[in-house]
Amino acid sequence: MSISHAPPDSSEPDISPISGSPKTDTDDRSSFDLVPLVPTSSRRTRVPRWLRRTTGPLVLLALWQLLSSTGMLTSDVLASPGRIARVGWDLIDSGALASAMTTSLQRVAIGLLLGTVIGTGLALVSGLFRVGEDLVDAPVQMLRTVPFVGLIPLFIIWFGIGEAPKVAIITLGVTFPLYLNVYAGIRGVDSQLIEAGESLGLSRWGLVRHVVLPGALPNAMTGLRYSLGIAWLALVFAEQINADAGIGFLMVQARDFLQTDVIVVCLIVYAFLGLLADFLVRTLERLLLQWRPTFTGR
Amino acid sequence: MATDVHGPVSPQAATPSPVTTQAVRVEGLTRSFDGRPVIDKLQLDVQQGEFVALLGRSGCGKSTLLRILAGLDRDIEGTVLVPRRKAVAFQAPRLMPWKKVWRNVLLGLPGKPERAVAERALAEVGLGDHSDAWPKTLSGGEAQRASLARALVREPDLLLLDEPFGALDALTRIKAQRLVGELWQRRGCAVLLVTHDVEEAVLLADRVLVMDDGVIAHEQHIDLNRPRDITDPRFAELRAGLLERLGVDTAAEAA
Repeated sequence: MSISHAPPDSSEPDISPISGSPKTDTDDRSSFDLVPLVPTSSRRTRVPRWLRRTTGPLVLLALWQLLSSTGMLTSDVLASPGRIARVGWDLIDSGALASAMTTSLQRVAIGLLLGTVIGTGLALVSGLFRVGEDLVDAPVQMLRTVPFVGLIPLFIIWFGIGEAPKVAIITLGVTFPLYLNVYAGIRGVDSQLIEAGESLGLSRWGLVRHVVLPGALPNAMTGLRYSLGIAWLALVFAEQINADAGIGFLMVQARDFLQTDVIVVCLIVYAFLGLLADFLVRTLERLLLQWRPTFTGR
Repeated sequence: MATDVHGPVSPQAATPSPVTTQAVRVEGLTRSFDGRPVIDKLQLDVQQGEFVALLGRSGCGKSTLLRILAGLDRDIEGTVLVPRRKAVAFQAPRLMPWKKVWRNVLLGLPGKPERAVAERALAEVGLGDHSDAWPKTLSGGEAQRASLARALVREPDLLLLDEPFGALDALTRIKAQRLVGELWQRRGCAVLLVTHDVEEAVLLADRVLVMDDGVIAHEQHIDLNRPRDITDPRFAELRAGLLERLGVDTAAEAA
């Protein structure tokens, strides 16, 4: 038995010791070494994870500061971190940042609200009714392919240069990802659950309320997350044009005076707001989707 | 239509005035898929409080028949009379994952039923302490029992079971079968159990029907005393007879 198995197995590793007869092969087997399996906890390094994760950004920051203070990086290209911190503090202290943030947040909030209502509403109409699908889905899919930022000139002609075109751009950007995801969510609800709901005597509206809408919720949350990301993006675009308040206005002003420090502060604020929005959606997901049996990571 | 009756007629079937005691009446039922009849002029009567098991090879139309009786498939010809209050338990528990177990049990009940109603039904299937759990935390057997509680809380006159134990492991299945037997005896509702497990059918049913070619091809009354003992030679005899009807030769196995 062992002879028939020997050639394919042993031909490659046993090149040098040709003298090794099949008998020594069995001897080897009786005297193999035991290898200890080390538990993962004892193999782990001493440095805590968060420290290792913060090291990279800190090194980068130190390098930046070093380049700035040695004069290799001039302030009209990029201000030093220390200077940015000081300018940031000044902007907070004078209240300029707070009022700009309030204006910007208001624009995003209104645009998000309108976009959510429109996007979800359209998705419900085309998701729940076949007539609605025929009437709504085709035009929405068509409009979706138009890059919404490209509509800014048209919006300025239509809505002037006040708040309306800015909110409209955000609304438009928010509507489509929500529409697509809610629609997909509604159509993706398990037909077996619908059937079970029917067998339990649920009415049409009962099925929508207790089966279809909760089933579409995970997708809707994904859509909301996309929408939030796009809302900030749309805000940046909208505020670069004819704004007289808001973070974008601060940036445009800073650009005219070559204040790279203010620009970086504004970018940091945008990033911070985006992070905050993501945190809010995550919290919402944790609260609303705790029933989900999916894998949530180890 | 080869409906031959083996053995003595059971007491339920012998009761007079058949019109008032029927839980299901099906006459000349036909259901076709793309012109091919899966159920072909089928006759079926189930008495009130009777436990009927429906056997058949896969694809013989037994699940289709159950779906029709549940009112989930209306693409039919013929007469189908079923009680207004009926409930289904499917092979998969089909609990709504976004509702706690007790809300699943109450789902679709008319009015605003109290949580205690659900708790009682859950206690009846031995899940009293899981009423506040999410379905994802239940084991397969627990989820199936919750599904059973959801069916029972409707106080059905007809309980339709579509291979409810098919996906359970062997031990859990034995317990679930026993539970269904007990619940049926306590509630007294008519039960139609669709299964492919001959032993399960003989264990639980008053009457076993074998479906073939879209009709009830064979009927077998089971007049063994309850609780039934699978080691009883008469049990084995009935089982072997039904298996033979289903095209499985048990002579070699029995030897």
